[in-house]
Amino acid sequence: MEKHLKLPLSKIDITDLKAGDMVFLTGEIYTARDAAHKRIFEAIQKNEALPIRIEGTILYYMGPSPARPGRPIGSAGPTTASRMDKYTPVLLEMGLSGMIGKGKRSQEVKLSIMKNEAIYFAAIGGAGALLSKAISNSEVIAYEDLGTEAIRKLWVEDFPVIVVIDTLGNDLYEIGHNVI
Amino acid sequence: MTDTTEKDEVRQISVLEITSQIKEMCIEANHFLSKDMEQAIRKAEEKEESGLAKQILEQLCENMKIAGEEMIPICQDTGMTVIFLEIGQNVHFIDGFLEDAVNEGVRQGYDEGFLRKSVVLHPLERINTNDNTPAIIHYSFVRGNQVRITVAPKGFGSENMSKIFMLKPSDGIEGVKQSVISAVKDAGPNACPPIVVGVGIGGTFERCAFLSKKALLRNLENKTEDPLIKKLETELLDEINQLGIGPGGLGGKTTALAVNIETSPTHIAGLPVAVNICCHVNRHVTRVF
Ligand code: SF4
Repeated sequence: MEKHLKLPLSKIDITDLKAGDMVFLTGEIYTARDAAHKRIFEAIQKNEALPIRIEGTILYYMGPSPARPGRPIGSAGPTTASRMDKYTPVLLEMGLSGMIGKGKRSQEVKLSIMKNEAIYFAAIGGAGALLSKAISNSEVIAYEDLGTEAIRKLWVEDFPVIVVIDTLGNDLYEIGHNVI
Repeated sequence: MTDTTEKDEVRQISVLEITSQIKEMCIEANHFLSKDMEQAIRKAEEKEESGLAKQILEQLCENMKIAGEEMIPICQDTGMTVIFLEIGQNVHFIDGFLEDAVNEGVRQGYDEGFLRKSVVLHPLERINTNDNTPAIIHYSFVRGNQVRITVAPKGFGSENMSKIFMLKPSDGIEGVKQSVISAVKDAGPNACPPIVVGVGIGGTFERCAFLSKKALLRNLENKTEDPLIKKLETELLDEINQLGIGPGGLGGKTTALAVNIETSPTHIAGLPVAVNICCHVNRHVTRVF
């Protein structure tokens, strides 16, 4: 099914999504990949303030290439999500709404997605030029020293993603193989 | 390179020339795929039947178009820069140290080309060098007095899914097949399929890894001349494309675009097999001068 959704997603938006749905997202999302996840995780453990609100947020696992002058961002496709698995359940417990990445998730993450009624989307890996066209604004908001791995606030317009893991625990990577 | 008298003459090459070539090649490789790669993706798109798989391949074609026209890198992971230098033994480099010149080319290319800096200096301390250096450089010496440079930026989504298997000679062709298939299965959606599978068979532990990387550079239209290997490549490609992983890992017939195998003499006791997986953004540019 094809859906156009505005961010932030409501609980009903999320529970209505099914693995395999094509979704076009419009609104604010935040980027965070390996190094930013590590820092957020350490801050949580030390009870320190976080640079972004986790509750209700969609995290995009992405580190862009530098923007050419006059452009909001460079190439901007997803990175492999499983490297974030270690940190994800804690964020889901804190109310993270969803994640955009590519590739498989651990069983633990899957269970946490179900328990917390969150959603895992995939964007097409290696389509960073195309995906950059759906991003109209980008602003570094934390961990600037991490360069491409800094946390960025993005404004996306009809950003194309596919639901991979839904709130019932359906996993498109497992279903998909039976398509052929 | 032929062994003519002319090519026996010592030729001086300024390393400044190497820097400027490598700079251009880094930018070119990250915005334009080779014709054979582009063709392979387009052909797959025509053949694919399942709706989602076809749609994803269409988007990859669109992505290549935008990348070239608007100079936005094909993928944001502009890779660790792997460089092959085949140096004619009658070349004499002047104006500086070759390795520094290569890294300077990478530095300038990644800066001026707005490419992502993805290299950390120490694997455990993990501080970004902010200029994508050092490059991984493979040197080899050949006859003549020319230099052949290949720049192949390698993304790590697929690099991380690569594997080495130290098989026993008795494992034979079946063992090789199982190893390749298991690596591809494990890679699944993570390696950004459709993938190109580079396989190195033989040599030593590090030699087969090197060969598997080199196999990724081969023009997809140039088939190997070894009939045994040619058959193995065809059979493996068929089997891989029956796994159903598909474009983006979301199901379909196109899991791999090609399986390229390179072989090397090896030890009586061994059968090393390396599988270097590359995503559909299989980048490489070669220049000879
Ligand atoms: S594996 Fe390849 S296509 Fe995928 S993100 Fe990395 S470089 Fe890009």
